[in-house]
Amino acid sequence: MEGNVAIHTHELTKRFGQFTAVDRIGFEVKRGEVFGFLGANGAGKTTAIRMLCGLLTPTSGSANVAGYDVFTQRGKIKRNIGYMSQKFSLYANLTARENMLFYGGIYGLNKHELKEKVDALIRELGVSEYMDQPVYSLPLGWKQKIAFSTAILHNPRVVFLDEPTGGVDPITRRQFWDLIRATAERDITVFVTTHYMDEAEYCDRVCVMVDGAIAALDSPSELKSHYGVNSMDGVFLQLARNAKRVE
Amino acid sequence: MTCSIHISHVSKRYAASGVQALQDISFDVGHGELFGIIGPDGSGKTTLFRILATLLLADTGEVTVCGNDVQKSYKVIRNIVGYMPGRFSLYQDLTVEENIRFFATIFNTTLEEKYHLIKDIYVQLEPFKKRRAGKLSGGMKQKLALCCALIHEPQVLLLDEPTTGVDPVSRKEFWHMLDIFKKKGITILVSTPYMDEAARCDRIALMQKGKILDIDTYAGILKRHARPLLAVRASSMYRLLLDLREYDNCESCYSFGSVHHVLLKTHSADHVTELKRFLIDRGYQDSSVEDVHPDIEDVFIDLMANVA
Repeated sequence: MEGNVAIHTHELTKRFGQFTAVDRIGFEVKRGEVFGFLGANGAGKTTAIRMLCGLLTPTSGSANVAGYDVFTQRGKIKRNIGYMSQKFSLYANLTARENMLFYGGIYGLNKHELKEKVDALIRELGVSEYMDQPVYSLPLGWKQKIAFSTAILHNPRVVFLDEPTGGVDPITRRQFWDLIRATAERDITVFVTTHYMDEAEYCDRVCVMVDGAIAALDSPSELKSHYGVNSMDGVFLQLARNAKRVE
Repeated sequence: MTCSIHISHVSKRYAASGVQALQDISFDVGHGELFGIIGPDGSGKTTLFRILATLLLADTGEVTVCGNDVQKSYKVIRNIVGYMPGRFSLYQDLTVEENIRFFATIFNTTLEEKYHLIKDIYVQLEPFKKRRAGKLSGGMKQKLALCCALIHEPQVLLLDEPTTGVDPVSRKEFWHMLDIFKKKGITILVSTPYMDEAARCDRIALMQKGKILDIDTYAGILKRHARPLLAVRASSMYRLLLDLREYDNCESCYSFGSVHHVLLKTHSADHVTELKRFLIDRGYQDSSVEDVHPDIEDVFIDLMANVA
């Protein structure tokens, strides 16, 4: 795989019995790109992400993530990606600092290196006042920022964000996207799903899934001009309305 | 019979965590009104719903539903209110049909008797009626929960974040269903973190950290908080955001889809030209700057800053 391609898929397919959840999807995501992955509930997004993260074996096709094969090198994929979901995944009774040290340890960072990294992240995020409180007591916006920081602590090549901004206030939602942008500037590829259509505008390119297949893939401005609408909401409505699959 | 909701000076503090969930909340919801509570997670929406559903007592204040006090007449209220909690709370191991029949039985009625009320939603669920509730997708769970909340023909619907995590198309369908219930005369109180849905309500309350920031119609709120606002775009949007925040006359700057919104500290007749000059100095040849009206998120951001 070329050095500047972070994710490559070809005819990637997943069937559960008679049901084709993901139907021959093919795309390439570049290094440092913010790639939006949209689709209605049940369009196959979660299944696709689980295959790309090495959590689910595809039925057929091929895919390569961070330089590793999703059939044969799933362990290596897991070590080289970060993942954060809308469902809060830190340990609620540990402090933010303890969570970071714990996850960093799992990813095999040595103690000295880890301590430096955590200190640097705290400075960068301006979260020092929250670092030594149990995570459950923090406002949702801070939890999400800390979960994100934890997901990129080991400097992964790709980070997967599954609806990272669900339910957070409008300022925090935007600060979160500032973090995403800053992360992409560091050449970490960001693969993100969202139900906020204004956030789709912040992606370099957007892929819209309908009924398990890719219905459209391009930059937001190209998609809007192609469908003759002035917002990504308009693009999404036109595409998703044609969906046949009832979840 | 008319049915309204009255909430007066309600406060609630959780002793265990010390969180002040509600601070002196007061508002009324009129009969047949579709009233929206708009606010992020942690703003106190769920606490308020639980008090209205008689599942939690307020520390202070008075709450009545259709004239019944939530404390003294909780049994009456439980019969006239349909409550859909934010967290899916039906029986995961019962099928779709079994869940609906169970809730019908609790309220001393049957699916057949009340079928006309839920028909529009139930036809979408029918292909899956033998499936266990726990195995449904998010959108389907939401429809089933709504059926179960409607089965006893409530006069008031309390819907706590029914569209959270639901895609934009399904969300539009859901609001369309609410319009239908509203036409049937049901009073609806609904909460959402999606600010764009505020436009679908008769009136809205904006909530943050247990307080109400403002209450009015959607149009009324936009009008009252109108401030000079510029929409700016250029080819490098992230760099542009950082540069705009260094502009002297910029009070705040946030991304709004394909543009950045700049709230100005003071505005003059030629504030557009002034900002353009600043951008040219910073090396932007291709920028566009125009006056725009604030949308509901602009207003919310502005109000949040004033409260904090």
